[in-house]
Amino acid sequence: MGLFDRLKARLGKTRAALSDGISALFRGGRPMDAALLGELEELLYNADLGLVATEVVEELARKHKRGELKGEEDVRAALREGLLERLPSGGGEFTPEAKPTVLLIVGVNGSGKTTSIAKLANRFREAGSKVLVGACDTFRAAAADQLEIWAGRSGVDIVRRQEGADPAAVAFEAVEAAASGGHDVVLLDTAGRLHTQKNLMEELKKIQRVVGRKIEGAPHEVWLVLDGTNGQNAIQQARLFTAAVEVTGLVITKLDGTARGGALFGIERELGLPVRYLGTGESQELIEPFAAEAFVDAILSAG
Amino acid sequence: MFETLTQRLTSAFGSLRGQRELTAENIEDGLRAVRTALLEADVEFKLARDFTDRVKERALGQEVVAGVDPSQQFVHAVHQELVEMMGPEGATLSFAKKGPTVVLLAGLQGAGKTTTCAKLARHLRDKMGRKPLMVAADIKRPAAVEQLRVLGRQLDIPVFHLEGRSAPEVCAAAVAHAREQGLDTVLLDTAGRLHVDEEMMAEVAEIAGRTSPDDTLLVCDAMTGQDAVRSAQAFHERLELTGVVLTKMDGDARGGAAVSLKAITGCPILFTGVGEKLGDLDVFHPERMAGRILGMGDVVGLVEEAHEKISEKEAEQAYQKMVLGSFTLEDMLAQIRMIRKLGPMKKVLGMMPGMGGMLDKVDVDDRQMNRLEALFTSMTPKERLHPEMLDMSRRRRIARGAGQDVSAVGDLLKSYKGMKKMMKQMNKLGLGAKLGAKAKRAALSDMSADGEVAAAGGGGLFGSLGGLFGGGGGAPAGAPGGMEGLEGMLGGPGAARPMGSSATRKSSNKRKDKKKRKKSRRGRRK
Repeated sequence: MGLFDRLKARLGKTRAALSDGISALFRGGRPMDAALLGELEELLYNADLGLVATEVVEELARKHKRGELKGEEDVRAALREGLLERLPSGGGEFTPEAKPTVLLIVGVNGSGKTTSIAKLANRFREAGSKVLVGACDTFRAAAADQLEIWAGRSGVDIVRRQEGADPAAVAFEAVEAAASGGHDVVLLDTAGRLHTQKNLMEELKKIQRVVGRKIEGAPHEVWLVLDGTNGQNAIQQARLFTAAVEVTGLVITKLDGTARGGALFGIERELGLPVRYLGTGESQELIEPFAAEAFVDAILSAG
Repeated sequence: MFETLTQRLTSAFGSLRGQRELTAENIEDGLRAVRTALLEADVEFKLARDFTDRVKERALGQEVVAGVDPSQQFVHAVHQELVEMMGPEGATLSFAKKGPTVVLLAGLQGAGKTTTCAKLARHLRDKMGRKPLMVAADIKRPAAVEQLRVLGRQLDIPVFHLEGRSAPEVCAAAVAHAREQGLDTVLLDTAGRLHVDEEMMAEVAEIAGRTSPDDTLLVCDAMTGQDAVRSAQAFHERLELTGVVLTKMDGDARGGAAVSLKAITGCPILFTGVGEKLGDLDVFHPERMAGRILGMGDVVGLVEEAHEKISEKEAEQAYQKMVLGSFTLEDMLAQIRMIRKLGPMKKVLGMMPGMGGMLDKVDVDDRQMNRLEALFTSMTPKERLHPEMLDMSRRRRIARGAGQDVSAVGDLLKSYKGMKKMMKQMNKLGLGAKLGAKAKRAALSDMSADGEVAAAGGGGLFGSLGGLFGGGGGAPAGAPGGMEGLEGMLGGPGAARPMGSSATRKSSNKRKDKKKRKKSRRGRRK
């Protein structure tokens, strides 16, 4: 099964709502008019596209005026084009270059950081990398236990300390262990924090500094894990995390429900961050590298 | 938490200011801004449209009240609509008449169920005198059981779990266990699940079937977008929800979910999670929330809090000083301490009318208040009673004693003089309503049940709050950092006006820099 088919299958709920919705709009040979475009805007809005929905539909309205849109097929094509323009780039499968390559994983509480790290660790290991995870979430009860269980399942190494330890110290130890242990990739799990908590954002900066002191250029990547069910607040999260620790990529989770991840479009508009991976389910292998075309096609394809 | 929505609405209402009455035409701008604000806040699309339609009807249907600004009338209409959508006030958990009360917590992954379970258990025990049992029924997420056990140990609340059994079995056994142990409230912490996951939805339905919960609560992340409505609907169909807990409200999510959830499921929002500590659970007040959304502040909450923490005598004394014009630095210090009793400055300011939208600009730092207090305490009592004797040599000594620059003392004195002057003027205008029990009651009655507070405007309530906090306002620009928060609070009669002088912004930036330098990680999450 190709990437496109897998995405299509996993984003099934999204596809059903949007694509079927568009088909329903044109049912019975309904002509294009302002009311139809309004309903299309609502469909897009319901996918959490936010203001981007209005933008895209306004563009369609202009095309319609010029007589470029005849029917459903034209609208689908124009919509695909409009959405693609507004989607972040992917970058395909991540390949570690430095040795060890350090990835700092950040995000708000409950966005799915630990699960995503488990999936990424598994994926990198299967691709032949020697992986180590660092349990820098020393705040949430049993967070390190959770990571350890995952690490055990996929057979990667873990560095952890007791609850309440300094997360930066754990990060330092993890990086040190990776440097001496010949690991290729280090994934640092951090505690969930709301982007509005300044002192906790400072803590992230400290982790970043400390890791950089051990290995030059580390962390090589800072990935922000975003809950795909989040609405317009996701943009704000991306903005403030980027301001604090220069986020270099996004991981979008929980896209196996009815959530559309439409906030991605808004993030591209505001910040232009690349999306690295999509989380599409609870088991360890359900993570896909992001590809814009496949994503849009999975959303829009009829059938 | 709703700052941005507040700002949007404020600008919408700004366009109505100065117009004599509401018409279908001049209301359009306001309505459009309201709709955009709601959509950006993730309120469901149709709901936002219906909302503005109803507001329009309500606002136009109203007779023009003499002396009431049309923009206030519009605010009033929006406020009432919001309250109705999020109401009713005072919804609570229902408790079983006989045997243990069972509370089922369900929701998507990462919504905050386990944390909410612990917070709720603590709330039930400490505030309602119940004997809770927490049940670890999340056997799916690795270490979820351990997480609840750790929280149970922290709170000293028992946690129930059976190794190797299915979640419904664990829950059923837990209820029996609670009955044996004489525990009267059972909180079921279930696994996070997607509403489209048929197998998992069947599991939670089986849990409900076997335990017949008295309360079935949906735990929902306040940051959730349009999906909130879809998932809530699905959970509701399956479980017949009785209420909602909205989590992560301490972030900057505009919280449109709060409006949508209630309207779509008909279930009241019972609690809101507002922080990482286990005490950070608030009872939901639609009236106050609507007030906050509209930047009216949580005045009722503030008065209640003041009543709890500041004695009648203290308030009376402060008032007397002001009226008599014998306001000294000693009194100023007393008042600052009084305000600080109410809690962190950011929280207190958030409750003030018109301050909602300001909070993200003003970087309120309680340490600035400490610095301010340090200046006061470096003075002798005699100096505090006779500020006029503070010559340069004394000022230098005070600055040294407080470890600050001598200009800080000068700034402090400038604010003091400004306050004193304002107070005199206020007395002349008769706005500093006397704050006795009577005034407090009057103030509360201004905030009538249907949210009449907007129309009440300056006058009584804000005047009396001004009285409580020393009245005045508009202290000279360039006041020391911490003072500007105070100035905001001291807004007195003009509390509703937008506050954002350039001085405020300047000094807040300065403070941000200081904050960066002084960052210590020790204060973290203690």
